[in-house]
Amino acid sequence: MTETTTDGALPGEVVTHARVRFIDLPLSAGTMALITLDNDRDHTRPSTFGPAGLASLDAALDQIVATPGVIAVGVTGKPFIFAVGADLSGISHVRAREQAIEIAQLGHNVFRRFGELDVPTFAFVNGAAIGGGFELPLHCTYRTVSSGAAALSLPEVFLGLVPGWGGAWLLPNLIGPADAMQVILTNAMTMNRQLKPTEGRKLGIFDAMFEPADFLEQSLHWAARVLTGEIVITRKDPDRGLWDTVIGFARSTLDARTHGAFKSPYAALDLIAAAKTSTRDEGFAAEDEALADLVMGDELRASLYAFDLVQKRAKSPVGAPDRSLARPVTKVGVVGAGLMASQLALLFAKRLQVPVVMTDLDQNRIDKGLEFVRGELTQQVDKGRMKPDMANRLGALISGSTSKDGFADASFVIEAVFENMAVKQQVFAELEAIVSDTCVIASNTSSLSLTEMSSAMSHPERVVGFHFFNPVAVMPLLEIIPSASTDGATLATAFAVGRTLKKSTVLVQDTPGFVVNRLLNLVMAEVFRAVDEGTDLAVADRALRPLGMPMSPFTLMQLVGPAVAFHVMEVLNDAFPDRYPLSDNLRRIVEAGKPGIFLPGGKGNPKLDPEVLALLEQGDTALDEAQVLERVAAALAREARIMLDDGVVSEPQDLDLCMILGAGMPFALGGLTPYLDRSGASVRATGKRFLGPGIASLPE
Amino acid sequence: MPEVRDVVFVDGVRTPFGKAGGVYRESRADDLVVKAMRELLRRNPNVPPARIDEVAVAATTQTGDQGMTIGRSAALLAGLPSSVPGYAIDRMCAGAMTAVTTVSSAIMAGQIDLALAGGVENMSRHPMGEGVDPNPRFLAERLVDPEALLMGKTAENLHDRFPLITKDRADAFAVGSQAKTARAYAEGRIQVDLVPVAVSDGEQGWGLVTVDEVPRADTTLAGLAGLKTPFRPHGRVTAGNSSGLTDGATAALLAGADTATELGLTAKMRMVGFAFAGVEPEVMGVGPVPSTEKALRRAGLSITDIDLFEINEAFAVQVLAFLDHYNIDDEDPRVNPMGGAIAVGHPLASSGIRLMNYLARDFEHDPSARYGITTMCIGLGMGGTVIWENLNHGSAA
Repeated sequence: MTETTTDGALPGEVVTHARVRFIDLPLSAGTMALITLDNDRDHTRPSTFGPAGLASLDAALDQIVATPGVIAVGVTGKPFIFAVGADLSGISHVRAREQAIEIAQLGHNVFRRFGELDVPTFAFVNGAAIGGGFELPLHCTYRTVSSGAAALSLPEVFLGLVPGWGGAWLLPNLIGPADAMQVILTNAMTMNRQLKPTEGRKLGIFDAMFEPADFLEQSLHWAARVLTGEIVITRKDPDRGLWDTVIGFARSTLDARTHGAFKSPYAALDLIAAAKTSTRDEGFAAEDEALADLVMGDELRASLYAFDLVQKRAKSPVGAPDRSLARPVTKVGVVGAGLMASQLALLFAKRLQVPVVMTDLDQNRIDKGLEFVRGELTQQVDKGRMKPDMANRLGALISGSTSKDGFADASFVIEAVFENMAVKQQVFAELEAIVSDTCVIASNTSSLSLTEMSSAMSHPERVVGFHFFNPVAVMPLLEIIPSASTDGATLATAFAVGRTLKKSTVLVQDTPGFVVNRLLNLVMAEVFRAVDEGTDLAVADRALRPLGMPMSPFTLMQLVGPAVAFHVMEVLNDAFPDRYPLSDNLRRIVEAGKPGIFLPGGKGNPKLDPEVLALLEQGDTALDEAQVLERVAAALAREARIMLDDGVVSEPQDLDLCMILGAGMPFALGGLTPYLDRSGASVRATGKRFLGPGIASLPE
Repeated sequence: MPEVRDVVFVDGVRTPFGKAGGVYRESRADDLVVKAMRELLRRNPNVPPARIDEVAVAATTQTGDQGMTIGRSAALLAGLPSSVPGYAIDRMCAGAMTAVTTVSSAIMAGQIDLALAGGVENMSRHPMGEGVDPNPRFLAERLVDPEALLMGKTAENLHDRFPLITKDRADAFAVGSQAKTARAYAEGRIQVDLVPVAVSDGEQGWGLVTVDEVPRADTTLAGLAGLKTPFRPHGRVTAGNSSGLTDGATAALLAGADTATELGLTAKMRMVGFAFAGVEPEVMGVGPVPSTEKALRRAGLSITDIDLFEINEAFAVQVLAFLDHYNIDDEDPRVNPMGGAIAVGHPLASSGIRLMNYLARDFEHDPSARYGITTMCIGLGMGGTVIWENLNHGSAA
């Protein structure tokens, strides 16, 4: 290990103590040694396993083994929490592979004792069991789970790891490879989905489930019945005949989804494949090696960096004014009743629970907007996600009008009208005539200058940019943009509203395209530049797969529409003509009224539209995928450096946060700048890295 | 007028009782009573939870985890359907007894069919007298003796009133209570109605409480003789001949006899009648005498019809005062055959149902016994008595 204190604890380790009590079981079943895992903090700081915590668990087992008359061992957690796995704060200190192997082995050596004692072991999973906290029960002979356990998962693959303290071998041997992959791969890669206790029970991970009110009492009673032979648990060995077929199918699914971009899912898959025939010793040793490989790779370091950004930085945005400056928001106005505006109205009503008024020029559009809102609420109720009373409450909060008079007593008005400077300026002028002097006026513009937008206003200090991403209800990012005159109270109110809306907020200066659109459109500009020069459309579209974004450039364009894409490009071209050239081919596609370069439909396997191909006028310089990628990466590195030099955001971390939450860049890349550093693009294009070694990569 | 119906005590359970500051010092009172309620429902799977018409739960100090209309909050915490209502009861030591008689009254009157009654007191967290604010008129107008609010002093007062009840007799009764409890434990007659409770204590981790914490089977007369008399110098009342400060919860299921038949429930006893009566607060321990007189009179029975007595042993002197009144011997085997509160403890508002559990087991043990009473003294000068009929008895109604 790296620097450790005298008791073997990592610096700053919140030690989870394993406390033993010897309990007389009901039904005269005998004495159980019951271990409680407790880090002596409340449930907001769940118990984790660092070196000192594992040592405490090991010592508890020593004490139990030395005590005569114990017929079974139980393990449970403090209220609401079983345990949430390894203390990952130690990983950033690991510099050598041997250290990584040691971490893996330490966990194995302690956990595996639960499967190798002379007496049966029981895990009573009373609450959250994540990662190593989920693996520990797998080592036990029997498992019960509380129907109130809020989080059950093996999230390692999501973080760039594998379940390396026994889970990757034990789980497939317990429930078979298909279900094990559901937990280890599919759930982890689906926004880190958690298992519900009933699902865990159905999968055969847990032998019994009890309600939280008397979970431990009932678990102990159940254990007594098992120990007296009243209950017999029989386990079926998983079907090893189908094992390879299942793995093969999973591998091809994974290939199709990730194109091999990430290591951890493949490492997990390999471990599950090998678990078919490997012994416990071989399985655990393979986990040690896999874990060490991943710990010594940049992917995991980048993931942990990204995870930290999303967990911490996104919640306390850098540069936001003091919260006490924020003004209360008691009524909201939304200018426009189109799809975007309707989504905004619904979100504001749902989260702020204050009246929301939508306005538009004609009643027909308002009716449509209100219909959308009602439809969404009905759908939520039908799916059981919202109680009818809440739907009634929210429905009643949202109203529509062709007049803006309803904004008179609003404290926050946001416009979501057509992306045109003159139109927005006119809306602002109309608003200012109606609303109070302190009402915040926000714009959902995706690229226009807030300073210009508010230039003709008598109170420009209450204008702020409030840029959402589509679909508004789902996308977590909100770029908040002050104009040259925005005052502290307005900005503080904007951040407070963003927080209440449960969005991750980032402070961005008033520059064209802000962060996400500026960078995504740079990608688009470079891709079209390559196409214009002669690169094959399909090659250009495939080239960016290593960036791991959820959609290829042309798929994204198909979604937003070429006209909108071209319009944003014009704005950026105005500001940065040399870096954002206007592609004639894109112009042709827009003028031909095409929905994109693909034929409509054909989801999953889109087909190039031959009419689009006929429109193209290309040069004769055809790049291959690697060349396109290198060009795009170099351009991104130059642009990111310019943005930082110009102070668009304060640090590379904010660029990464924006690209992770707004453009869906994967954790394993750490967002944008760790990828550019790792691939060498930043040094090649700008002469220096964005982040020092060790921040989102292996330390040197 | 609806017809008066028979009420039956279907079943009752309790948590093991803990010493104040002992095993339950970290346990919430509402959690304790919820565990008892859930065990009761598990033991009686024929009871459709939605058929429960009322949940009445008693606590003396109704604040914090014992507040918030604990009958309703415990019903929700126990997982009963939200359609099941509940309320809180307070009659100090007779809280659970009053919960039983109150829901039973509604059953008799045909307004409800099935009810849960319960009681809880966590005296570790809520010491007796927490937050009380006696009206100054009590003392200024001499409405009560200043000693009426301190239960130990009222017990000393009782010794004054009945000089024949000596400290030696009180100690001997206490030793008997401990011995009877130890015997009943050895025979497994007490444990059957206990629900084990998991307790968390940060320093030790989770443990499981399966038996009462309070009993001291090794109690001897000589040992008791040397104990301090904290309520009066050279007094008679000691920690040894009174019930200690205790934590615990009880729950019972009451039903109309016809409802019990309809649902296929096996009832243990039928309620014959009940009464509460007041006495001077400074000698509250004598309360069971007038309440028993009243209950017997209304039921048309005499003390000689009573085959078993479960008397709460708040203080030995108060039991002896009752026995002397009725000329019953201190060691009469009909009285508290399994021991009582001196041994297992007295978590105030819980104890009434503990007495009923014991009587139901006494009845089961002795089918020749037809009638029994549960009776207890109550703070501020009251007594409560419930008369029960043994459904194991051949001539039971």
